[in-house]
Amino acid sequence: MSRLTEKNLVIAKEIIVRYPRQKSALIPLLHLAQEQTGYISREAMVHLGELVGVTSAEVYGTATFYEMFRFEPIGKYLVNICGTMSCALMGAEELMHHAEKRLGVKAGGTTQDGMFTLAHAECQAACTEAPCLQVNYRYRLRVTPADLDNLIEDLQAGKLSDEIPAHGVLAKVRQVIPADRAVGAVAPELVTESPVWLNGKAAL
Amino acid sequence: MSTTFKHAPGFVSGDRPKIVTSRFEFVDSFTIERYLATDGYKGLRAALSRPANEIHDDVKSATVLGRGGAGFPAGTKWGLTPQQVWPRYLVVNGDESEPGTYKDRLLMERDPHQLIEGCLIACYAAGLSQCFLYIRGEMALAQERVAIALNEAYAAGYVGKNILGSKFSVDIVLHWGAGAYVVGEETALIESLEGNRGMPRLKPPFFPAVNGLYGQPTIVNNVETLANLPWLLCNGVAAYTAIGTKTSPGTRMVAVSGHVKRPGVFEIINGTTTFRDLIFGEDFCGGIKNDNKLKAFVPGGGSAPWFTADQLDLPFEASQVGPAGSMLGSGAVIVMDETTDIPAAALTLTHFYAHESCGKCTPCREGGTWLERILRRIVDGDGTDADLQQLLEVGAMICPGDFPHAANEKLGLTAVPFPYKMTTICFVGPSAFAPVHSALTLFRSEFESRVTKRVTIPVTSVSSVKTVTTATPVGVHS
Repeated sequence: MSRLTEKNLVIAKEIIVRYPRQKSALIPLLHLAQEQTGYISREAMVHLGELVGVTSAEVYGTATFYEMFRFEPIGKYLVNICGTMSCALMGAEELMHHAEKRLGVKAGGTTQDGMFTLAHAECQAACTEAPCLQVNYRYRLRVTPADLDNLIEDLQAGKLSDEIPAHGVLAKVRQVIPADRAVGAVAPELVTESPVWLNGKAAL
Repeated sequence: MSTTFKHAPGFVSGDRPKIVTSRFEFVDSFTIERYLATDGYKGLRAALSRPANEIHDDVKSATVLGRGGAGFPAGTKWGLTPQQVWPRYLVVNGDESEPGTYKDRLLMERDPHQLIEGCLIACYAAGLSQCFLYIRGEMALAQERVAIALNEAYAAGYVGKNILGSKFSVDIVLHWGAGAYVVGEETALIESLEGNRGMPRLKPPFFPAVNGLYGQPTIVNNVETLANLPWLLCNGVAAYTAIGTKTSPGTRMVAVSGHVKRPGVFEIINGTTTFRDLIFGEDFCGGIKNDNKLKAFVPGGGSAPWFTADQLDLPFEASQVGPAGSMLGSGAVIVMDETTDIPAAALTLTHFYAHESCGKCTPCREGGTWLERILRRIVDGDGTDADLQQLLEVGAMICPGDFPHAANEKLGLTAVPFPYKMTTICFVGPSAFAPVHSALTLFRSEFESRVTKRVTIPVTSVSSVKTVTTATPVGVHS
């Protein structure tokens, strides 16, 4: 079952109507598909193409540009260790070596039990807290090898499942625009006049 | 549990004027309750109580500089849209990913309502009918905090139809990226927002203010830039320009990372705070780790040419940092002490830009990876002295002429050298060369000691002048 579920289809349709052009919803929808199965399947891309009115090839073209999208199953926890300059200066390489030994896989690999995928990542915007890593895009800062060992044990024991959902689930809270508050997206060619508040007067 | 903390994680407070980080001391700074209790949405109310064009004039006269990298005044940018072309859009650039930069994420995680209020003020002032808030994909917490804040703001009547009961109506749509550094470039951001591969567009004709999202006039502003607006509207232009200097008013957020005693994110006074204050000041980083000596520092994010101790007394003022041969960029200082392996440090940055090249322009796609390969073999001890020249030659194909260049040749280097002279559409290409060029210019001996000399052996059996060299031709192996 790789097409969107009924429940996700409702969410997808809510997202699509927020944009003046449907294709704009593609990246949020790809995240939704990845949330459903942990990766993006061919069937999901066909379905998304139908939803926003483009070919599945166009969906594939967009999806493959972005690093966060995966096209085959990976570990439940994606451990991204930053290796860009600030982290490199503060010992990111040693941390990566330690992680490789601890998990028994090289960067890019997935453990046999399907729990962890280890990856080298680029700057994660936590440069003052180097070296840093993300587990399914949740931060761990100033990470020592001992911290990493503890993190892996906690993840294996399921102690962090409240904070860190399985790979694919990004934000746990979505934007919801109430129908009675929404202005609504309008195709640009249907807008010909200036916004009503640009009338030289105060709006309040 | 205490309701305040001395320092929010990553952020270092201090006895300085605060424009965008005033709520960071509260543990619940991201909630609408805290926001409303601390002047929240008062700037919006102040803005809506006056005609839109007056608000635009305020932003212009306050010279709110763009905080994303180029430092272009926001009010001027808003004024570049063509007359009577509708609709116009606001796209918020929350795709913070420049190496060393860490500020927009804090602003989104710790004070999302301030950003939302800033977006509303911008939409009102510049007549923008829809706002798209593009947040970097890897920032799950920021996405959650902004989503919750938007849901609260919609419910409370601050966003959506008839804001505060007025005729002003605008939707703010939260949009997540999916991991691509180049999408921080404004035209690539727009491509990505249209559901495409995030490749930059050629300027001209695709200047976003004229021809942006869906071909319509589009304002692309950085998160920190917009976060300044609520305070500006609450306190007025005079209060804003009283902080900082005439050409760089207000404050700005700067992240100082690397080999310092207390790395952190600071809100500093624009224009007057110097790099020495930041790196050595007791209110800031308190000096170099282990009391080592400073070797070099990156003054404005991974794309910026490096400085050494000679430039420590320069202030955060574009008109002084520009002529000195670098840029303030996105407010990111990375400090290297005397123990730093310079070629290896440069390699981490060049690898970053080579990896993040979108592949659209050949000089960046091929040149960036070529620079990385050469640098890697030097770091691994397999380089030759000819590689050093080769690095410069490849760099000259990405950004020809002397490096860095003046943005405006008539003005010389008194203008900020941004964007660089380049054979690529965007600055990712030159950015791959900036660390190489800086490292090689400032610390050539460290490269020379790592490479083997090409030994020239006379070949006597043919003619008296013919020679061969022993090393493999450069660029062939990798």
